[in-house]
Amino acid sequence: MKKDILKHRLVPEHTILSKSEIKKIIKELDIHPEQLPKIKQDDPVCKAIEAKSGDILKITRKSHTAGKFVTYRLVLD
Amino acid sequence: MKGILKKIAQINFGLMSPEDIRKMSVTKIVTPDTYDEDGYPIEAGLMDPRLGVIDPGLKCRSCGSKGGDCQGHFGHISIARPVIHVGFADTIHKILRSTCKECARVLLTEAEIIDYKDRIKNMIKNEESITGIIKEVYTAARREKCPHCDEEQEDIKIDKPVSIVEGNYKLTPSEVRERLEKIPEEDHLLLGVNPKVAKPEWMVLTVLPVPPVTVRPSITLETGERSEDDLTHKLVDILRINQRLKENMEAGAPQLIVEDLWELLQYHVTTYFDNEASGVPPARHRSGRPLKTLAQRLKGKEGRFRSNLSGKRVNFSARTVISPDPNISINEVGVPEMIAKEVTVPIYVTPWNIEEMKKFINNGPKVHPGANYVERPDGRKVRVYPETKDAIIEKLEPGFRVERHLIDGDIVLFNRQPSLHRMSMMAHEVKVLPYKTFRLNLCVCPPYNADFDGDEMNMHVFQTEESRAEAKSLMRVQEHILSPRFGGPIIGGIHDHISGAYLLTREGSIFEEDEVFQILKHAKMDLPKPKGKPWTGKEIFSLLLPEDMNMVYRAEICGKCDECLKQECKNDAYVVIEDGQLKSGVIDDKAFGSFAGKILDSVVKEYGTDKAREFLDSATKLAISGIMKKGFTTSTDDEEIPQEAKERIEELLSKAEARVEILIEAYENEELEALPGRSLEETLEMKIMQVLGEARDKSGEIAEKYFDINKNHAVVMALTGARGSMLNLTQIAACVGQQSVRGGRIDRGYNERTLPHFKKGELGAKARGFVHSSYKTGLDPLEFFFHAMGGREGLVDTAIRTAQSGYMQRRLVNALQDLSVKPDGTVRDNRGVIIQTMYGEDKVDPAKSDYGKVADIDRVIEEIRIKSGK
Repeated sequence: MKKDILKHRLVPEHTILSKSEIKKIIKELDIHPEQLPKIKQDDPVCKAIEAKSGDILKITRKSHTAGKFVTYRLVLD
Repeated sequence: MKGILKKIAQINFGLMSPEDIRKMSVTKIVTPDTYDEDGYPIEAGLMDPRLGVIDPGLKCRSCGSKGGDCQGHFGHISIARPVIHVGFADTIHKILRSTCKECARVLLTEAEIIDYKDRIKNMIKNEESITGIIKEVYTAARREKCPHCDEEQEDIKIDKPVSIVEGNYKLTPSEVRERLEKIPEEDHLLLGVNPKVAKPEWMVLTVLPVPPVTVRPSITLETGERSEDDLTHKLVDILRINQRLKENMEAGAPQLIVEDLWELLQYHVTTYFDNEASGVPPARHRSGRPLKTLAQRLKGKEGRFRSNLSGKRVNFSARTVISPDPNISINEVGVPEMIAKEVTVPIYVTPWNIEEMKKFINNGPKVHPGANYVERPDGRKVRVYPETKDAIIEKLEPGFRVERHLIDGDIVLFNRQPSLHRMSMMAHEVKVLPYKTFRLNLCVCPPYNADFDGDEMNMHVFQTEESRAEAKSLMRVQEHILSPRFGGPIIGGIHDHISGAYLLTREGSIFEEDEVFQILKHAKMDLPKPKGKPWTGKEIFSLLLPEDMNMVYRAEICGKCDECLKQECKNDAYVVIEDGQLKSGVIDDKAFGSFAGKILDSVVKEYGTDKAREFLDSATKLAISGIMKKGFTTSTDDEEIPQEAKERIEELLSKAEARVEILIEAYENEELEALPGRSLEETLEMKIMQVLGEARDKSGEIAEKYFDINKNHAVVMALTGARGSMLNLTQIAACVGQQSVRGGRIDRGYNERTLPHFKKGELGAKARGFVHSSYKTGLDPLEFFFHAMGGREGLVDTAIRTAQSGYMQRRLVNALQDLSVKPDGTVRDNRGVIIQTMYGEDKVDPAKSDYGKVADIDRVIEEIRIKSGK
């Protein structure tokens, strides 16, 4: 039986960013995409949301200090 | 910096072939001698001029550059018979064990070879580590019979460090090399040898590279005698034996003699690489000192990496014993005049300071505010001597640089090891004082973790204007009152500051006006207008508080009653400050103590660090003058309790011991019921521990009833948080309690008992380390022994803990040292790669936070309530 890992309470929300969103983020952080933290394409979450190499994921998770925290990861194979 | 500019694609580690070694060599070294009678280096000797030059005057014979510019050139020694390289002995052993003695193929079947090769190639392509799979090959390739030629294999063992034994026959290095040569190249990869950069047979040396003289410089002693480097000594040994071996072989000496010499050559080459290799006696100097050879130069704490690359020595620094000075500010450090005259500050001469500089030079290097050196604009440095100073003063003009002595007000960096956090290095203002110790204010002891039992500290003098400015704004002591560890003050009052403030501000502490002025004057505070009537201590302390300060908190002495009586608290523990007036409550550790001070915390956060420094300086001085006015002393009388209390404690303890006996009896009669998840023995142990723990606490409570904070200074210290605890006092007065080893009652020593004074298997309180006596009545011999056991465990634990946490810290710091928070709030490493998109996920600096939180809402509301409603 396969469970939907995205619904697990320990798995934060991952969304794939669109081209325009990527542009915005890259400009905002003033970086090259290579400088973002990475996530592997065969990571269970990446498989579940079908992220491809080169995509940027937006991760929204709960935080002890800030309540809600948004971060980004570059998908690599 | 945007994008990664350059990236290291790969680093190859390989072996040097004999050809490589010969190619890079500038000369063959033959003679073991270094210099001839005239002191000139012998050609083809170990100091051959082609190996490079050290003295600056000469030119290098190989590259033509001057001494100092030439990094030296390698030579080589041709070894008469091959020898095994110690560093690769293990690898050689593993390879030989995995290959056939006859056909030299890997002891794997064809199918296995194809499979492993495929997997290894794949892993290399994916940039994965192949160490795991190579290990697998080595275990799989241990076969009795070769799958290729059906030859029976003999077991190959390694006799540390370099002897390789097959069955009962010791293989000579030549035989080892022959076997390694025979291994076909297509099998190399399977054995973990990259055929592009190495061949297995290169692990057996036939040519030895000789490092250039710059690596092993000889030193000339004052007597004119030359002393050679340890490496040179070792190379001489190698050359001597090599030559003898060669001569013997050419003369056709008996096999036995040749083999002996060969063995000796192997020993010298082994110790040349590593003089601490297991299984060989270390080669020694004539004096008996073991030689420091190649591996010893690099390895360990004193090795090249940890001592020269990760750590360096500096100029303009000083180190001496520290001692306390309550009269200087927390921002200051007392510097002995002797040190002030030695370490200097470079000052550029301008039209505005030239007269001042001339005065310094006129004082010379021996009179205190003087100068040691003057640097001219062309970079030439002249030392100031009493004879030359007039000439220097005459030539002095703007643009020169004067290295003048340290004077009051200079900024220096002060440090105590271990530098575990940023507060271990803070910038102080210099105050030049007589005598020979560094003086520091007592409030900065906690951040440095310093005391005065012989501690030493280091001081560094900043050499540029930029560094001084940066230190002044970022590193000054007052900027570090709040610790980033918990968002509260780490610098604050200690010991007598706390008890002094308590004595001053407690209920019923009233002073005549003349006494008040004495106290204030002694504390170097401004005198207020006379009131014409006696002052309370609270009024005196209020003089220090900012006029608009409002706060409420519970003091350290708070008894944590079930229902708080607030202002009517009988301990006067409910502190209320209204408009800068201390209305109720006493001042203690919670007010301005290190790690706890609420008032201090609020002063830093609301009024800034300058105000906080002033507050702390005067508060501690006031507390000290308060304690001196009141008088403060303690003795063992403070831990005395009346006879009736002693009797009650005795009764309580014997009752507890009787209960333990009942429990044991119940256990022996199997009437005891096990707690869930515990065995019967564990249940008994827990219950006994509980009974004895309670007994200790109850006995303490009885004793505490007779401890009056108004009459007893030991209790003042314990309750205000100045020093010691109530437990310390009750252990002295009432009962020491259970001693423990490894978290339980003592159960080790003799067979089934702790000491031969007890029966086997005895479980009673006394037999398992319960100390019934108090420190004051004294421990009996058995109790004393158990107490020593517990005490020893404590010592061992702290020793191990510091070693372990030190190594953990080292690894953590090495991993984090390049990370920094950038202006946009992201945390990045030195390549600009983002580690965290927002520091701490909320961009809060913990040092500026309210005990880790952004703000303490409850406190803010309470303060507003006082301000408005009253």
